[in-house]
Amino acid sequence: MAILSKEEAQAILKKVMSYSKADACEVSLNGSDGGNIRYARNAVSTAGQISVMSLSVNSTFGKKTGSASINEFDDASLKKVVSRAEELAQLAPENPEYMPLLGPQTFQESATYNANTAAMTPDTRAEMVGKSLGVAKAANLDAAGFLENSTRFNSVMNSKGLFAYNKSTNVSFSVTIRNKEGTGSGYVEQDFNDLNKMDVLALSKIAAGKATGSAGAKAIEPGKYTVILEPLAASDILSNMFRGFDARSADEGRSFMSKKGGGTRLGEQLFSENVNIYSDPMNPELPSATWNGDGQSLKRTQWVEKGVVKNLSYSRFWAAKKGVEPLSGGRSMVIEGGTQSLQDLIKSTEKGILVTRFWYIRSVDPQTLLLTGLTRDGTFYIENGEIKFPIKNFRFNESPIIMLNNVEALGKPVRTGSGMIPPMKIKDFTFSSLSDAI
Amino acid sequence: MKRKDFLFLSGIGAGAMVLPDFSAFATPIDPLQALDKIDVKIKKELADIALNAARAKGATYTDVRIGRYLNQFVSTRDKRVQGVANTESFGVGIRVIANGCWGFAATNNVTKESIAKTAQEAVAVAKANAKIQGEAVQLAPQKGFGEVAWQTPIEINAFEVPIKEKVDLLLNVNDIAMQNGASFVNAALFAVNEQKYFASTDGSYIDQDIHRIYPSFGVTVIDRASGKFKTQASLSSPMGMGYEYMNARPEDKVSGVVTRYKGRYDILEDIKNATRVAKEKITAKTVEPGKYDLVLDPSHLWLTIHESVGHPTELDRVLGYEANYAGTSFLTLDKWQSKNFKFGSDHVNIIADKTQKGSLGAVGYDDEGVKCGKWNLIKDGVLVNYQTIRDQAHIIGLKESQGCCYAQSWNDVQFQRMPNVSLESGKAKLSVDDMIKNVEKGIYIIGDGSYSIDQQRYNFQFGGQLYYEIKNGQIVGMLNDVAYQSNTQEFWNSCSAVCDESDYRLGGSFNDGKGQPGQSSAVSHGSSTARFNGVNVINTARKI
Repeated sequence: MAILSKEEAQAILKKVMSYSKADACEVSLNGSDGGNIRYARNAVSTAGQISVMSLSVNSTFGKKTGSASINEFDDASLKKVVSRAEELAQLAPENPEYMPLLGPQTFQESATYNANTAAMTPDTRAEMVGKSLGVAKAANLDAAGFLENSTRFNSVMNSKGLFAYNKSTNVSFSVTIRNKEGTGSGYVEQDFNDLNKMDVLALSKIAAGKATGSAGAKAIEPGKYTVILEPLAASDILSNMFRGFDARSADEGRSFMSKKGGGTRLGEQLFSENVNIYSDPMNPELPSATWNGDGQSLKRTQWVEKGVVKNLSYSRFWAAKKGVEPLSGGRSMVIEGGTQSLQDLIKSTEKGILVTRFWYIRSVDPQTLLLTGLTRDGTFYIENGEIKFPIKNFRFNESPIIMLNNVEALGKPVRTGSGMIPPMKIKDFTFSSLSDAI
Repeated sequence: MKRKDFLFLSGIGAGAMVLPDFSAFATPIDPLQALDKIDVKIKKELADIALNAARAKGATYTDVRIGRYLNQFVSTRDKRVQGVANTESFGVGIRVIANGCWGFAATNNVTKESIAKTAQEAVAVAKANAKIQGEAVQLAPQKGFGEVAWQTPIEINAFEVPIKEKVDLLLNVNDIAMQNGASFVNAALFAVNEQKYFASTDGSYIDQDIHRIYPSFGVTVIDRASGKFKTQASLSSPMGMGYEYMNARPEDKVSGVVTRYKGRYDILEDIKNATRVAKEKITAKTVEPGKYDLVLDPSHLWLTIHESVGHPTELDRVLGYEANYAGTSFLTLDKWQSKNFKFGSDHVNIIADKTQKGSLGAVGYDDEGVKCGKWNLIKDGVLVNYQTIRDQAHIIGLKESQGCCYAQSWNDVQFQRMPNVSLESGKAKLSVDDMIKNVEKGIYIIGDGSYSIDQQRYNFQFGGQLYYEIKNGQIVGMLNDVAYQSNTQEFWNSCSAVCDESDYRLGGSFNDGKGQPGQSSAVSHGSSTARFNGVNVINTARKI
């Protein structure tokens, strides 16, 4: 019941809209249905199944907006939620940044839904987790993991005639496999819209291989090193930066995108020439919804071209103030790369460090985007194009801006974390201390 | 679609857009609606339906949580109200053991039929997983308490204070900042009320009414000429209190380089101070890296306690239940069994406490029906205990749980969460001024800042809000770009003094994340100012 079709959602939204007496009204109806299994110490620890649907109404008189929501859908409840939002709007303070609603828009049909994923049951999940546990038990290792699937629908309608609907599925899997002595640890994570792309057996084998391969790590001196970042590691450290491509905070002087003396760094060469970044909701490997929360269409956007900042996102309010077109922030970020595999990058490295992933990344200085964090679950020393031995984890203090000025090579992008991210070879990456953590 | 995308898509209202860390299914309501209560008789009747339905399907244990979670969030920026959100999340979560395995299901359709069906689903989930389960769940025995109730001792229910009063206060805060030279300011006020009803097949029917409050602001000063910007965060703390927290009395103020607060908070005074120190940061000198003696204020030390003592003493982490997310712990069972693992110096006594008045973690009973208490984690520097729940207590030889079970909402399964974890004050009389007098080369740190620690809690790096250089027993000026890096055991063994109880204050985390799917909990950490000798300080300035 929680997942409504486009027609079913539209019918409820139309009915709600017919009850509105406000100057402007915006209604959203969302639902989700899904389940999960969490396991640790080679056994299931928790598991659940949750199904929810709710409707929210935003009513506006002039520049005063009120919101109310409900999770009952009979006519009386729908009338009640509209009148409550209208009462609250009358009491609300004026919002000087209120933007009039958008009229009807056309959106591309997204590719976010997959029927196989939507059909998953508690038994499907148990069977998948069984495979992952099998890998760990067979190798006398310990697995802790999480498998979750969900089907969602999101829909919105407003009093100017805008209607948008999206249905999506997701299945995500991650596992940490450790040896019994606690001296080695490996990790993988992956998510897809399509269940058939998810191979928990192959992924668990990678984690098991890293658990065994990382045992007996040696300590090497902290300092500046050439690093090969696996796509997950690169994604971990770059996701913070993507949020900074925002015109307002740059214009206001409080972002790494702000320019000394005022203005933004739009149009500046901020990164190495081999850095190209775009977002595209229709990317077949990483589809996303084609509209955002206020009903704007999401389109392919180039954020960085040959290292030059080509676009910053503008909210509708900030765009109007600055006299430019609004531009939504990117989802489904793609960092373009080449054709080389992770193995190819390792082969071409004389001396360097391979990083599986980073952990506990926090901002140290928003002005330079300096971040700190640690390597985790498989860090290895590379010499003459080969992995020589596992090394102890490091703490780093590094800015992704500095890092993307030191790009030596980019491999083939793969779906990971928040985008399509290539493995990266970066010179002069700053490790500042050693950690005993495994 | 990622959860955050869903939140983004669903958040069409200004209020919903700025709601951080609230459940995706919390729904906006009329503020007055928050004052309605659900009759305890109805809750008992609904709970019994769940207990009976699960038992009929073969469950050997069942607990049911009927929860109504209210949040109020008022946020402002400069001269503008960004959002006023009143949200309610109401539903039922049912947890069962069947065939020796846990199962959980939840619904927001609170009808008799739906509750019975959800109980059956929970049993079905348990039975599906029992096929791949190893060892059966062992639950520490817990006596039933019958029908009991507990509530946070508040003086003023924050939900009864008109929104307008809160909006006016926050806009006043912003106005003071702007008049004193701030470039931007954000001020916000959160209030939380958890109305939780717990029932289990052990025979408990527990009705609890829990309140939390968190006022905060961030002020930014921009120097256009140099392109520099500096920020200062409020020195408030989230508390397990009502709106009385906003009415500071003279005895709640701690004087010094900047006023800090205990018990109650003066936001109008703090914003004035914050704007002044943010401006001073623009021209403060950059730190020379090296070893310093650190004097850490409770407004800063709480986070170091949280990360380096609170998390590694969680038994589920020690055992590997969090290995795939938050991580494990360096405080392995052999260190505890040795009875002589020197976690810190003799000055270090750390207490776990779920009963401390005014704290975020104070409740009468935890989310699996265990009555809450207080115990030592570190005694005279030695590791003596952990934090645990019913299905793990037997692993450390306990006959009963320590009552550390919590779920952020009815639709999340309960698991082990941190109780309040605090550093005991020094027994000998010692003021902050007397502590600083004896420091030759040091840094006095106030307020929490950047924080990062590894997955076993060895290596950490912390920043703060304010750094003052100490030379030969005197504070000589402000510093910038400070962070200290250490190893947990080395750091706590370098603790050379803790001020007496007259300096004791609570800090805390309103949103501590753990688990998969992620859940948030609120927890306090108390201490007096403490000194740590010879800690490695790095310089964090960079050019881009």
